[in-house]
Amino acid sequence: MDQPYESTAHADHEHKPHGWRRWVFATNHKDIGTMYLIFAGVMFFLGGAAAMAIRAQLFKSGMELFDPGVYNSLVTMHALLMIFGAVMPAWVGLANWMIPMQIGAPDMALPRLNNLSFWILPFAGTLLVSSFFVPGGAPAGGWTMYPPLMEQFGASFPMVVFAIHLLGISSILGAINIVVTIMNLRAPGMSLLRMPLFVWAWLITAYLLIAVMPVLAGAVTMLLTDHFFGTSFFNAAGGGSPVMFMHIFWFFGHPEVYILILPAFGVISEIIPTFSRKPLFGYEAMVYATASIAFLSFIVWGHHMFTVGMPVAAQLFFMLSTMLIAVPTGVKVFNWTATMWRGSLSFEPPMLFAVAFLFLFTIGGFSGLMLALVPADYQYHGTYFVVAHFHYVLVPGAVFAIIGAIYYWLPKWSGRMYDMRLAKWHFWLSVISVNVLFFPQHFLGLAGMPRRIADYAPQFTDWNMVSSIGGFVFGASQLLFPYIIWRCVRAGKPAEARPWDGARGLEWELPSPAPYHSWQTPPSEAMLAHGAEH
Amino acid sequence: MNKFPGESHDARRRGPRDRGDEAREDSEARLCDCAAQGLGKRPGNRAGLGKLAGIASIGAAAAGALPAAASDWGRINLPRGVTNVSTRIYALHMMAFWVCVCIGVVVFGVMIWSLIFHRKSRGAVPDVTLLHNTKVEVVWTAIPVLILVGMAIPAARLLVRINNDTNSRLSIRVNGFQWGWQYKYVGTNVSVISKLSMSSDAARMLDSGIDVDRVPDYLLNVDHQLVVPVGEKIRLLITSVDVVHSWWVPDLGVKKDAIPGFINQASFIINPSKTGVYRGQCTELCGRDHAFMPIVVRAVTPAAFRAWLKRKEAAEKEASARAPASTSAAVST
Repeated sequence: MDQPYESTAHADHEHKPHGWRRWVFATNHKDIGTMYLIFAGVMFFLGGAAAMAIRAQLFKSGMELFDPGVYNSLVTMHALLMIFGAVMPAWVGLANWMIPMQIGAPDMALPRLNNLSFWILPFAGTLLVSSFFVPGGAPAGGWTMYPPLMEQFGASFPMVVFAIHLLGISSILGAINIVVTIMNLRAPGMSLLRMPLFVWAWLITAYLLIAVMPVLAGAVTMLLTDHFFGTSFFNAAGGGSPVMFMHIFWFFGHPEVYILILPAFGVISEIIPTFSRKPLFGYEAMVYATASIAFLSFIVWGHHMFTVGMPVAAQLFFMLSTMLIAVPTGVKVFNWTATMWRGSLSFEPPMLFAVAFLFLFTIGGFSGLMLALVPADYQYHGTYFVVAHFHYVLVPGAVFAIIGAIYYWLPKWSGRMYDMRLAKWHFWLSVISVNVLFFPQHFLGLAGMPRRIADYAPQFTDWNMVSSIGGFVFGASQLLFPYIIWRCVRAGKPAEARPWDGARGLEWELPSPAPYHSWQTPPSEAMLAHGAEH
Repeated sequence: MNKFPGESHDARRRGPRDRGDEAREDSEARLCDCAAQGLGKRPGNRAGLGKLAGIASIGAAAAGALPAAASDWGRINLPRGVTNVSTRIYALHMMAFWVCVCIGVVVFGVMIWSLIFHRKSRGAVPDVTLLHNTKVEVVWTAIPVLILVGMAIPAARLLVRINNDTNSRLSIRVNGFQWGWQYKYVGTNVSVISKLSMSSDAARMLDSGIDVDRVPDYLLNVDHQLVVPVGEKIRLLITSVDVVHSWWVPDLGVKKDAIPGFINQASFIINPSKTGVYRGQCTELCGRDHAFMPIVVRAVTPAAFRAWLKRKEAAEKEASARAPASTSAAVST
């Protein structure tokens, strides 16, 4: 039952190319997934280095380290690297690894497209990072790239625009591949409502990507033509409007934050049932909640712009639509809680990260609810309160979910177990320091500290010091992660096919490590039923 | 008339204050020097804590850092502010905060209960029949909706109230520029260009060697303040000459973007008893010196304001007679 798939009989199918060809010409979903994850890891540490520089600069009042222009570049690059370089590729990497295994497919539907969508990334990433070294330095207008400010930067400006084009193309191709795979390669008997939630979350995310990445591409192209070809899309003197850029950008930008977080919802919905030894509570409600959140994400963008002077009616609409998101999000949190309720819980590293996600993402949700209230937002907008809010949903939210997912599936990928004790150290250091890092930023924002400032009044020093210390500890703790993975892959103890006794789903029916071409014969109905017992 | 309560309304100020600084430069506006009182005790505090740190034999560097870090731990919330609107925003904020706390107590309570009592190591047996429960699911969808409606109603009321910019007594054009603000009093020839104070500007340079704790209101002080009367509705017409800025003074409850080519409105009435100095900063990334374009509003009595305005007008007239067309050449619109 544990090893229904006879890997030895099909050994002749393991005809993978060797050496560099295996990676450059890769068409295998696992190889490509691995490359995505390594790329994301590199970008995570580059973006993290920028974050460390930011926290060092803000350690105390008074300009200490960087020129304010350089500081603004660091802020901008930190965001771009983390969003487009680290979190999005990490999710695509996880999708590559897990979706075929979870739906009973041998590989992704479009393997060569898969190769292309990965190999665009290193070029886009290099273009982005190299903008640091051109005259004038990296762009310093924030990842939101508001004109006219964005157009004040020299050679780096078109580089960033083209990097975003490339990253967008990569994301769209990846998303198309995921949709096609899920729609066409599900094992017989796996209806949509029997799919694991990670697959569901990614299906919805892929549609979001296809819908909004072209919008971003359009926005940055208009910036480009405004700057180089004399158009006036965003120039009031020529009949355009800088506010129009904000509308277009946030029409992309808000779905984008759900692109970063929806796959996390999927992962948490896999991990919590496993370590509660109990099926997910309210499976269908979870699917519908995810879809509702995705839909609502298209009609809330105005809440990023409450201070730009929109009509009161528009502000009211965006306030109400934003508050509405709390309902399906609440349903998800309640369902996860109910999944743990009367379960049989154990706290292996993936579960630790999932539980931390549950608490800390909810805190980010609370500050999100407060931010939705327009009059209060007039005070919060553009301050560290916002910084605290989105870091709570993105770091202990998206990033913890990615780390949890890797700890969850690493035994399946590598066929080896990692050092649990070290992984728990990684968890405890991360979860404590992430709160020391971001919680005080709520205080700073409320006390009046604007975001994206290179220096601040001395009254903000105390909590900034605490935040910086938390930041340094958090940054240093993350170095444990590649070390743990390296040790696991090199010298971990062999892992069983089902290393977590509560784990269900098709991926656990495969041996560990999973065979090169995941499912060459479709899984049996018995396996499906075991995995999809909602 | 210009009396200040002991603790002063200038809630954002800290550190020792050099009375000879920028406030004096704008000598017409030197209407409430008493604002500086009540702040003198800070340095004493500082010394005491420094001593404590020394006793605790924390290294010299830490002892230097600790006193600075000892005085402002308490700044963790929004200011109540000095306008009706800012006070109401504060109330809305606290209401939302306590609602979140209550939800958090319930939700986190259930989670923690599970984490403690439903552990495998305690011999918990999973109840695998618990798959879904329509009744419970309807309840936990409906209750949040009700809570949200309860929060949305006061928020919407306040929103409509804030966005009513009619019936103002005084209009001021606010022009953001890289990096400072220009204020023009509509209907007069008075125009004020307000930039980071000289002492802050010197201290904020890389490797300036100046201890910012000794700079009065470091980064929150300007050369020329915006002077406004209390008790009167003031309308701001906000725009920018280059990139997007945002004009924010927390104590007034006003934040509005300054967008080139467009004019935004915002208005406020400072409570009549609240004369004083209120500080804020630009809150939209506007380039290299975004961190260095503070806003300082000095609220004075209407009588003092009119007198100030009259003096200013006369001075402007005199200046423009001497050198025509030089007025506010820096930022023409």
